[in-house]
Amino acid sequence: MSAAAEAPVVTPVSTDALTVDHVDVSYTVRRRDQAVLRDVSFRVGRGESFGLVGESGCGKSTMALAIVRYLARNGRVSAGSIAIDGEDVLAMNEGALRRLRATKVSMVYQEPGRALNPSIRVGPQVAEVFQIAGKSDQESLELSEEMLRTVRISDPAVVMRRYPHQLSGGMLQRTVIAMALASEPSLLILDEPTTALDATVEAEVLDLVKALRQELGTSLLFISHNLGVIARMCDRVGVLYAGELVEEGPALEVLHDARHPYTVGLLRCIPRRDADKRRHALDTIPGFLPRPGDTPAGCIFADRCGLVEERCRTEAPPLYEIGPARRSRCHFHGRAQTLPRAEPAQTEAAKPRPGDGKPLISARDVGKTFRLSGQEIHGLTGVSLDILAGETLGLVGESGSGKTTLARVLMGLTAPDAGSSVELDGRALAYLTKQRTAEDQKSLQIVFQNPDSALNRRHSVRRLIGRSLSKLGHYTGAALQTRLLALVQSVRLTDRYLPMRPSQLSGGLKQRVAIARAFAGDPRVVVCDEPTSALDVSVQAAILNLLNDLQTREDVAYLFISHDLGVVRYLSDRIAVLYLGRLMELGPANKVFSFPHHPYTEALLSAVPTVDDVDSERIRLDGEIPSAANPPSGCVFHTRCPRKIGEICETTEPELLEAEPGHAIRCHIPIEELRRIQVSPPPAKSLPTAHAD
Amino acid sequence: MSIDVIPVESAGAVAAERTGPSPRGELLHDIVRSKTFIVGAVIVGFWIICAIFGYAIAPHNPTAENLEAINKAPSSAHWFGTDQLGRDVFSRVITGARNILIIVPLAVILSTVLGTALGLVMGYFRGLLDESIARVLEAFLALPLIVIALTAIAAIGASNLVVILVIAVVFTPLIARTVRTSVLLERELDYVAAARLRGEKSPYIMFVEILPNVMAPIVVEFTVRIGYAVFAVAALSFLGFGVQPPTPDWAADIAANYPLVAAGYWWEVLFAALALASLVIGINLIADAVEGAIDQ
Repeated sequence: MSAAAEAPVVTPVSTDALTVDHVDVSYTVRRRDQAVLRDVSFRVGRGESFGLVGESGCGKSTMALAIVRYLARNGRVSAGSIAIDGEDVLAMNEGALRRLRATKVSMVYQEPGRALNPSIRVGPQVAEVFQIAGKSDQESLELSEEMLRTVRISDPAVVMRRYPHQLSGGMLQRTVIAMALASEPSLLILDEPTTALDATVEAEVLDLVKALRQELGTSLLFISHNLGVIARMCDRVGVLYAGELVEEGPALEVLHDARHPYTVGLLRCIPRRDADKRRHALDTIPGFLPRPGDTPAGCIFADRCGLVEERCRTEAPPLYEIGPARRSRCHFHGRAQTLPRAEPAQTEAAKPRPGDGKPLISARDVGKTFRLSGQEIHGLTGVSLDILAGETLGLVGESGSGKTTLARVLMGLTAPDAGSSVELDGRALAYLTKQRTAEDQKSLQIVFQNPDSALNRRHSVRRLIGRSLSKLGHYTGAALQTRLLALVQSVRLTDRYLPMRPSQLSGGLKQRVAIARAFAGDPRVVVCDEPTSALDVSVQAAILNLLNDLQTREDVAYLFISHDLGVVRYLSDRIAVLYLGRLMELGPANKVFSFPHHPYTEALLSAVPTVDDVDSERIRLDGEIPSAANPPSGCVFHTRCPRKIGEICETTEPELLEAEPGHAIRCHIPIEELRRIQVSPPPAKSLPTAHAD
Repeated sequence: MSIDVIPVESAGAVAAERTGPSPRGELLHDIVRSKTFIVGAVIVGFWIICAIFGYAIAPHNPTAENLEAINKAPSSAHWFGTDQLGRDVFSRVITGARNILIIVPLAVILSTVLGTALGLVMGYFRGLLDESIARVLEAFLALPLIVIALTAIAAIGASNLVVILVIAVVFTPLIARTVRTSVLLERELDYVAAARLRGEKSPYIMFVEILPNVMAPIVVEFTVRIGYAVFAVAALSFLGFGVQPPTPDWAADIAANYPLVAAGYWWEVLFAALALASLVIGINLIADAVEGAIDQ
């Protein structure tokens, strides 16, 4: 194929499951048309899996909605054509459209809980799909049971009698996938199907989709912001940026040898396995997405591109054919990999570790029991750990493992059970923040997960940060103003943001305000509770760099909570692993993240899809996280443990023992044995089935 | 410890400004532009002008009796006719706006302030305090308006003040419940936790942090309650609990003249009733516009 400079023409081939040809989509907002997709062309071949990747606001979901003609009333496809199975979707009338949706195309959404009707039992809900296809009621129920078995639900009869709220997230998503596949569609659209799920559950769902695809030969359009997921799931990938397809090609080629500066930048934002915060800063993509409706004359990425030249600003690049099945919308696609870094690659020379391992915060035997309609739920059980001066302690675990509860107990927002102790510098702290001294309140601050919730939306940035300065730092008058400006600049904001309200800021900027607020009183420990999970990858990188910088300058310790193990690995000096409210492993980051480690950590790590190892053998966990109201006997992990050794695991809870200096593991298997067996994965199982409990 | 100033130029991530429109200005714009609001505002505005300048506009003295011209049908001399004491109905309708338009806002402002304060306290503290206040409020809700009014009049006597107090007693629990519900949602947000973590006292958290965020439902409640209050004031006044004759008042005039409708003197009641209805409709149109814009 020649690298011809003219725009490629996609000829609709009747055998393609999906052909999107030069499609423009615009929304009418306040009587103005705003283009959200421009000139998007791609095709999904029969049985192929095509990934659409990009950050929020780039038009991924709009594309999916346009394909099945579910666009909101103010949205319309203003140019181009879309064909499913060779049939022109845009020309269809209501009846044809209904038939198309009933037979040819299905969609799976991000939130399985919202895709199901909460007031109808699962069985009749799945059966509905078959009834629409003309089957009798009895037949439909039988087919539904069969379909649920196909998505590896081991006891479909039980599940069918349940209401959606009685099922876990993973089980719900299996059910939704079963419904989507029930009509045997030729095209299945998955819009962020695992974003709301835990890593181990995500891994199961991805495995399931992969296996079903092979069994049923369904074509997939897989939409995700997660490059690791795309790498694992897709044959080919298209990268969307600000409504334009900027790069397309075989997934592994694009992810390992990107030819568009945006893709290159995006890949550099991800913390890689070998990255160390003391040596490497993450790269970022400067600037913001252009606002919808702002269409520059030249390349849409020019304002943020490190390789920009005069030509880029005047001449919009076509989608160059740059190799077999590879296209890039960049004039200089040959040089994309030479994109200069937006951030210096090296962090400032790390200071010698301050404090030298002196515990700043000590949690001793912290327990927290919630009472819910007469039931006792053990949120935390006997958690003891130290946060050392100036270090970052990473806290990982699946949802419901007690990460946030532990953070709230340390902060004094939730009172722990009697007998627990939280110490600062060896002094016991009051359980609740209002009983703590001003000095203690000042020492501990927090950055919350969701800045929309954490920042008062009626207050200006000046007031949000200024109030913390006067309350915690006791600044007044001119000193407060000086300090306010310094603080705002230290989180890389300028004074022009001071009069703004949070709703006028982007997610990343909001999180910077929240970070500035946390640092207002010169804290000694800052709890970061999933501070980047609501942000895009490129924004996440900038926030992580900022946290890293602030730590070096301010000599502050972090308790860094995240479900993203890549992020935790990059930032943490030590790591604590929680499972069902118990500490399973605690030790230096490199030790916890490499063999030998706790079997749960092992499984957790292998569940995370990364760009780097796509085909590595994975450890699969059986079933769901048990209920904290009724935790398993013995070792709480024994019900899912792939390395279970026998009865002792079911009867006796292992102690959290120091297996080697500074590295504690709660497991009956001695560390030497773990070291020996973890070289290879546990005996491979077939794709696990999910049980309803 | 100090925070070094880093040159902003190095901060690539914050290169471009991102500003949205100010949300409050846009909301106001949305409300004022809506047709419902304009129609409602014209009607209510008309009655406000009558309330202020009514005595100057009215062609006749609304309280001047003319026994030579009683129960006269509408004519060019008396547009809306005269009543059984020969008073000009048109003048009484114009000036009758004043009384109700003074009582209603005062009563609703009083109940909104009390209801908001109670709702904030209940929603923020929850627990025993919430439960105890809720029981007392429910007791008041269980009593009909008239029973409360009769009790108040027996104790204090009939006057505008009594009407205001009675309406406040009836409306405060309703507003308190609405505010409490909103506060329950707000108090779970992290900005409240952040305020606690910097050692803020409860009153500050309630009134400075939470209150501005629950203003939307309070504003809606306020406008809706004004519509109800017009009815309540009219009802009390109709029953003779409010302003006393000869002061012009729509509901009192209806009460005084409705026995005569059977005798064919319809104009003595109809115009006052239409005035009352148009005020309620106008207020409800405004309330709809406000609610619609806030809900969007």
